[in-house]
Amino acid sequence: MKRVYVNEQWCLGCHLCEYNCAFANSGLKDMAFALKDKKIFPRIHIEGNDKVSFAVSCRHCTDPVCMKSCIAGAIYKQDGVVKINRDKCVGCLTCVLVCPYGALAPAEDGIMQKCELCLENSCGQPACVSGCPNKAIVYEERGEEE
Amino acid sequence: MKEYVIVGNGVASIGCIEGIRSVDKDGKITVISEEKHHIYGRPLISYYLEHKTDLERMKYRPDDYYEVNNCRVIYGKRVEAVDNKAISVTLDDKTVIKADSICIATGSRPFVPPFEGLETVKNKFSFMTLDDALSLEKALDKNAKVLIVGAGLIGLKCAEGIRDRVGSITVCDLADRVLSSILDNDCAATVEAHLKKEGIDFMLGDTAVRFDNNKAFMKSGAEVDFDILVLAVGVRANTELLRDIGGNVNRGIIVDEKMETNLKGIYAAGDCAEGFDASIGANRVLAILPNAYMQGHTAGTNMAGGSAIFDNAIPENSIGFFGLHIMTAGAYDGEMTEEKGENSLKRFFVKDGRLSGFILIGDIDRAGIYTSLIRNKTPLNEIDFELTKKVASSFIFSEKTRRKNFGGVV
Repeated sequence: MKRVYVNEQWCLGCHLCEYNCAFANSGLKDMAFALKDKKIFPRIHIEGNDKVSFAVSCRHCTDPVCMKSCIAGAIYKQDGVVKINRDKCVGCLTCVLVCPYGALAPAEDGIMQKCELCLENSCGQPACVSGCPNKAIVYEERGEEE
Repeated sequence: MKEYVIVGNGVASIGCIEGIRSVDKDGKITVISEEKHHIYGRPLISYYLEHKTDLERMKYRPDDYYEVNNCRVIYGKRVEAVDNKAISVTLDDKTVIKADSICIATGSRPFVPPFEGLETVKNKFSFMTLDDALSLEKALDKNAKVLIVGAGLIGLKCAEGIRDRVGSITVCDLADRVLSSILDNDCAATVEAHLKKEGIDFMLGDTAVRFDNNKAFMKSGAEVDFDILVLAVGVRANTELLRDIGGNVNRGIIVDEKMETNLKGIYAAGDCAEGFDASIGANRVLAILPNAYMQGHTAGTNMAGGSAIFDNAIPENSIGFFGLHIMTAGAYDGEMTEEKGENSLKRFFVKDGRLSGFILIGDIDRAGIYTSLIRNKTPLNEIDFELTKKVASSFIFSEKTRRKNFGGVV
């Protein structure tokens, strides 16, 4: 299965992925209208310092501890992609407590959202990848047993 | 074809079904559900009363779940006895169901101390099941005075759930602080102040000793008038089925790392089970939902002939009240070090160079990184712990670890 991977040697720490993610999931056509003067709640974020930086988003784990821990049964796996049913989520944040990668954060409304690889939004492929100016974020198959 | 019986229909039971099906697609699974409801997330009952979810959305799995997983569910029946020689269960209508292995996932029940005069109270409720929530809901009234006995997770989530639907809420607890099982004094005081600001009244270090209709007589001598009484003193594991046949039972049914009891072919999982708690290095009942699922999944996998071990369970709680999030994990053992923010407090407990536990109030971003340090027993001298106390980040790990985590399949 194709996943999003980061190569920290190439990451410039420009945070463009965060903006592209927020825009791709906004459902809006105009990026300025969607993001200008707004606090964004992307599903990917940059960590590090001024020397080393890297993007963190859902790893789509083979054995997702968030899914096993969700008190609402809102997190599920479909064709390898770990997804969340936001209608069922009550915002208890247990998934934030258990994700060892720190990859999950709630949306503005306090309900969880997560990277679903842009497969169902207008982007069709991960927006963080297509917009990464230095190709530090890639979307590819790195071999595994499904 | 193998046959399995699962006693109970909570989250441990779902974990067990999914564990079995990860190995055995065809075996015959029978689930005995005393509750007449489709599987629901039990901690969601307070969110239901708060209108943050509803009966449809609180279903833990889709409507066709049992059909898709080829399970037979018997609703409204109770298992009266387990036979570990024949490997069978007897229902309350005397039906006997044979199997190759059995998973006891009977959960827990409210513990109600023998209060004098409790029988004179008309509107009294527990807060464990959906039926409890539905009956409590019928009694809710904009002017009702509510007394909740117990300032633990259940009592306080109940208070949050019903606050906007009643007149007033008083919570009493014999302990001198709220959430005494998961918070230390200072953290409890912070949470208590927040709850008071949200309109919840407290009588801590005090509890009801006697009731007379709509009046509670407190240990301190105070008297409290109420219209609705919620009893959330504590819970007891439902261990009788195993105890009755001579199985090892302490506070819960004792299980090994495969979730098998000392009686061959009989497994246990969830709130009724007492498994290994890696944070204290001993067995303990960890009545939390993630644990129930993982124990169930482990039991199911092994029942079906697979091989699974669950040996890194730790206590972990993520709980919020009126917008304030609290996360705790592990044991509060060792030296305490803290980070204070304007609206946040983080406390870390370090023992033998490893993180043994933490309490986070307000700032919970990426808390799972802290949890992983406890679960993996990461030596703190291998990471930049000072940095991560302020902001949880994978930056504390070595480049090699980061490459593994973010550059490969995990």
